[in-house]
Amino acid sequence: MTAVSQPLADAPARTASRRPPRRIFHAIDHWALPAFTLLAIGYLLIPIAVMIVFSFNDYQGKFNFVWHGFTLQGWLHPFDWPGLPDAIKTSLLIAFLSTVGSSILGTFIGLALTRYNFRGRGAINGLIFLPMATPEIVMGASLLTLFVSSGLQGGMLNGVVPKGVLFPLGFTTILIAHIMFNISYVVVTVKARIAGFDRRLEEAAMDLGADELTTFWKITFPLIFPGVLAASLLAFSLSIDDFIITSFVSGTTNTFPIWVYSIIKNALPVQINVVGSMVFLGAVAIVGLSNIRQARANR
Amino acid sequence: MTAPSLPVRVGPTGPSFRQRVGKATPYLLLAPGILWLLIFFILPTFQMFLTSVSTGSLDNGFKLTWSGAAYVTSLTKFGTQFENSLIYGGIATLLTFAIGFPVAYTIAFRGGRWKNFLLFIVIAPFFTSFLIRTISWKVLLLDNGPVLGFLRDTLHLLPADASVIGTPIAVIAGITYNFLPFMILPLYVALEKIDPRLIEAANDLYASRWGAFRRVTIPLALPGIFAGSILTFIPALGDYVNAILLGSPQTQMIGNVIQSRFLLLGDYPVAAALSFILMAAILVAVSIYARVLGTEQLTG
Repeated sequence: MTAVSQPLADAPARTASRRPPRRIFHAIDHWALPAFTLLAIGYLLIPIAVMIVFSFNDYQGKFNFVWHGFTLQGWLHPFDWPGLPDAIKTSLLIAFLSTVGSSILGTFIGLALTRYNFRGRGAINGLIFLPMATPEIVMGASLLTLFVSSGLQGGMLNGVVPKGVLFPLGFTTILIAHIMFNISYVVVTVKARIAGFDRRLEEAAMDLGADELTTFWKITFPLIFPGVLAASLLAFSLSIDDFIITSFVSGTTNTFPIWVYSIIKNALPVQINVVGSMVFLGAVAIVGLSNIRQARANR
Repeated sequence: MTAPSLPVRVGPTGPSFRQRVGKATPYLLLAPGILWLLIFFILPTFQMFLTSVSTGSLDNGFKLTWSGAAYVTSLTKFGTQFENSLIYGGIATLLTFAIGFPVAYTIAFRGGRWKNFLLFIVIAPFFTSFLIRTISWKVLLLDNGPVLGFLRDTLHLLPADASVIGTPIAVIAGITYNFLPFMILPLYVALEKIDPRLIEAANDLYASRWGAFRRVTIPLALPGIFAGSILTFIPALGDYVNAILLGSPQTQMIGNVIQSRFLLLGDYPVAAALSFILMAAILVAVSIYARVLGTEQLTG
């Protein structure tokens, strides 16, 4: 930046009047900021490293808290704990179903918000934003009161919803809650994608005789598909990791986080670390592979 | 929607079927998702309010009595927990900003070809479960864990009875860790968008490095600061996992009270009143904050 003015021989006064680059800023730029960033990255990665390292721990007693030595036992029996396989199955099923549900509902809303003019757009935008600005505990708690009210005297939904659907709590109520909190995230992600999309492509298709449905499947959907895919990946990961809302609406059904929470009061089996490490390494592999593929496609 | 190219389709009796459907399309697209949000997000809020002014028990059912007793109990008995939530959440938000801003700045302006890799590391914690991350902190901070053990036994920096687990420090460290990516990402997005030529222009106009930073970079980063602090502070206020796993009964936050009243004690009216107060406080705080920063358009 300062170098630019140097070849200009007719502007010596300006170069002279400018303050010399202060050494302290140079030190911050080239030394302090990168060092600080490295430390912060270490801070972010340390607990993950602990999780992976302790998945190989030959721990004594019930709690996998203190390092005792290396063993592969955990990785050889990754699901060997009562309740764990069921919890993982429930988690995967709910994550899958809530991803499908929220991706469809959220993509529809995203399409409506970006491609049509209609009254009440502001209110709809507000309604989409609210769940993201509400603490999870409030959402979980209010859903709990609603679900319980369907089974209790004097409740709002009592008599409206058949008994046994929403109360007692269980799989259905978890699924309802997960679709609910995922919708907003899907809308925001899909909207960002549709915003940069050329409407004339659709008009061209229609001018060439395609009806609206054909236009949607042949033109619109392929163009917004990457956005929908990103949104559904986000929804899946939010769903599979959710603990706070789920803890309010799960009743006696266990998802993986709920199962972990219920067991850590009495034991901390190495299987928790193993499953956590598997999920982590699997996610890293997926992201890494898709990056490599993209880099190849760009070449 | 574009008008059909063949005028034959518009009959003399009024708009064609397709035109009528076309007009209704946005509403048809919105209906299912918006209904879902109305029934399972808005309606529960009303039910929660009704529960908070009811009396009764889980076994005998609740009766709407419009009693304010639950609110009186909430506001008089749980001052400490509200205070803890505000203090821990506030300090953690400031810490995530203090850590997150330099990191986001470095990635955005000095990241070079490492940009994507660094961002990937920032979101890497999301690939592990929130609970497992917090358990890992517990392993790290235990009295005979690696951090305390090293500082106390190897470096002799701490007294022999030093302990972190169960103190507010552990809870704040856990919250800071868990929500740090939520601060870094919006900050990065805002900083990355800044045209470096604006900063060069400020320098050319004789702004010092610090002046350009304060007058150009910071104002342009405000949307990110707003989004990051909200995304950190709101979940931190309602969090109870860090306080349970890393804290002690003395470090309980309001989330712990809400959780135990709902799920262990079945005291729905008080728990609902507490949740309602928490939600109202957050709405008020966010709107004041938005007005102060002048970034209201961001929320729409």
